[in-house]
Amino acid sequence: MTILVIAEHDQQSLKAATLNTVTAAQKIGGDIHVLVAGSNCNAAAEQAATLQGVTLVKVADAAHYQSQTAENLTALVIAHAAGYSHILAPATTFGKNLCPRIAALLDVAQISEITGVESPDTFVRPIYAGNALATVQSADKVKVITVRTTAFDAVDAGNTAKIEAIAAAADTAQSTLTHRELTKSERPELGAAKIIVSGGRGLGSGENYHTLLEPLADKLGAALGASRAAVDAGFVPNDYQVGQTGKIVAPQLYLAVGISGAIQHLAGMKESKVIVAINKDPDAPIFQVADYGLVGDLFDVVPQLAAAL
Amino acid sequence: MKILVPVKRVVDYNVKVRVKADGSGIDLANVKMSMNPFDEIAIEEAVRLKEAGIATEVIAVSCGVTACQETLRTAMAIGADRGILVETDVELQPLAVAKLLQALCAKEQPQLVICGKQAIDDDANQTGQMLAALQNWPQATFASKVLIANGKASVTREIDGGLETLEISLPAVVSTDLRLNEPRYATLPNIMKAKKKPLDTVKPADLGVDVTPRLTTLKVSEPPKRSAGIKVADVAELVNKLKNEAKVI
Repeated sequence: MTILVIAEHDQQSLKAATLNTVTAAQKIGGDIHVLVAGSNCNAAAEQAATLQGVTLVKVADAAHYQSQTAENLTALVIAHAAGYSHILAPATTFGKNLCPRIAALLDVAQISEITGVESPDTFVRPIYAGNALATVQSADKVKVITVRTTAFDAVDAGNTAKIEAIAAAADTAQSTLTHRELTKSERPELGAAKIIVSGGRGLGSGENYHTLLEPLADKLGAALGASRAAVDAGFVPNDYQVGQTGKIVAPQLYLAVGISGAIQHLAGMKESKVIVAINKDPDAPIFQVADYGLVGDLFDVVPQLAAAL
Repeated sequence: MKILVPVKRVVDYNVKVRVKADGSGIDLANVKMSMNPFDEIAIEEAVRLKEAGIATEVIAVSCGVTACQETLRTAMAIGADRGILVETDVELQPLAVAKLLQALCAKEQPQLVICGKQAIDDDANQTGQMLAALQNWPQATFASKVLIANGKASVTREIDGGLETLEISLPAVVSTDLRLNEPRYATLPNIMKAKKKPLDTVKPADLGVDVTPRLTTLKVSEPPKRSAGIKVADVAELVNKLKNEAKVI
């Protein structure tokens, strides 16, 4: 068995999600190859070669991999897919965009967002916003899988795998990136943060969200998140969203402020180690999953908390 | 330009699902079913493109049991012109649905397929991308803005950490994210009108598609329950607990 892990990276370094995906590959067992496709992406390839368990890093370096479009990456993976029993990518917007396209061309099912590996052909994945766990077995010759990164630890470095250049596939020219705007923030990335301060509709406005939660997040060195209600109300951009249709997070500490706790939100954060809920409604469902609940007016409590830290 | 919009009948998003005691699946008896919310956004976007004079016809497609007709009627009440039901009792997985849609694309020749990014039952997030691959069309997933001009689509996508805009040639597949639009409520006159709109029914075999599932679900179980903790009286107690009991700050 040989597993191909498709690296998510920014040319310079691997995204943290790639490290979790390699751990999932280790659980399946077998040789692990990492594909780094990019433009001037040697630094990312060199980092991939340090990951434990990786036996070979394949690098495809071409200008048309700069923007990481699904069309071009799929053509590349299909051209090099022979011999692989499993193809893995993180279940991030990168992997979710890419992997079904690969699976369809290989005429195999994709197994989405696995949280557990039972055997090389059997995997556990959440369905219904994590309200149920399905154990599924694939009969396909190649298993194309996306990996829920919070379910697997990051792999350690310290390896020196071989790096091999591979031929790029032709540019499909079907899709052109015209603009990319990444939220600039000094804060940790939501997916990788140890502490997350998350706000909901209870904050009342975008202004309140920022003036109340930012000082608290600064004190804790925390990332900022939000419920779908807060995103829908326009308090913060969509990439803050934690939940079934947003990001799935599992930090050491998750502070839910003014979040009622709809099942779609709980789906995104209930694997957190410690959950704190601050809400004025003592019956809010968020308290059913919170380790520590504080019933009170967040406009009083949050500044007090920031001051007490 | 024709737009094809696949719509899925799923357990309503307000329903808290229960796992069957024998672990064979989810208990769907007497559970409220609705259109997948992302598909509603897809229909709304297609109808808006028609209202803007860009699209000429919006065709809703649903694959599954006979009751999916209701989902198609809902789509037509929002503004789809007609519906196609691909009727089968077989459990349909994303690859099978993508192949059914591929066959319908060959027949209907749409310039654009707009689909929901994921269904809230299996949370797979696959069908649109798979259809794009089978058609060798470009794709723009997780769209928050769609502009169509000169045979191209400019699509703003929700990606981790921000937004990006892709320019893709048509025909293409676009999948919807939550912020693309806010679907309208179907009015009573439109619900009545929808009942008279054409609805064709075909079988997977008519389309020459083998829909046999590729994945076998061995069991479905409840996730480990998280029990409620304690209520603290004030901020001082909270800080104390986080520092000394949970040791997370």
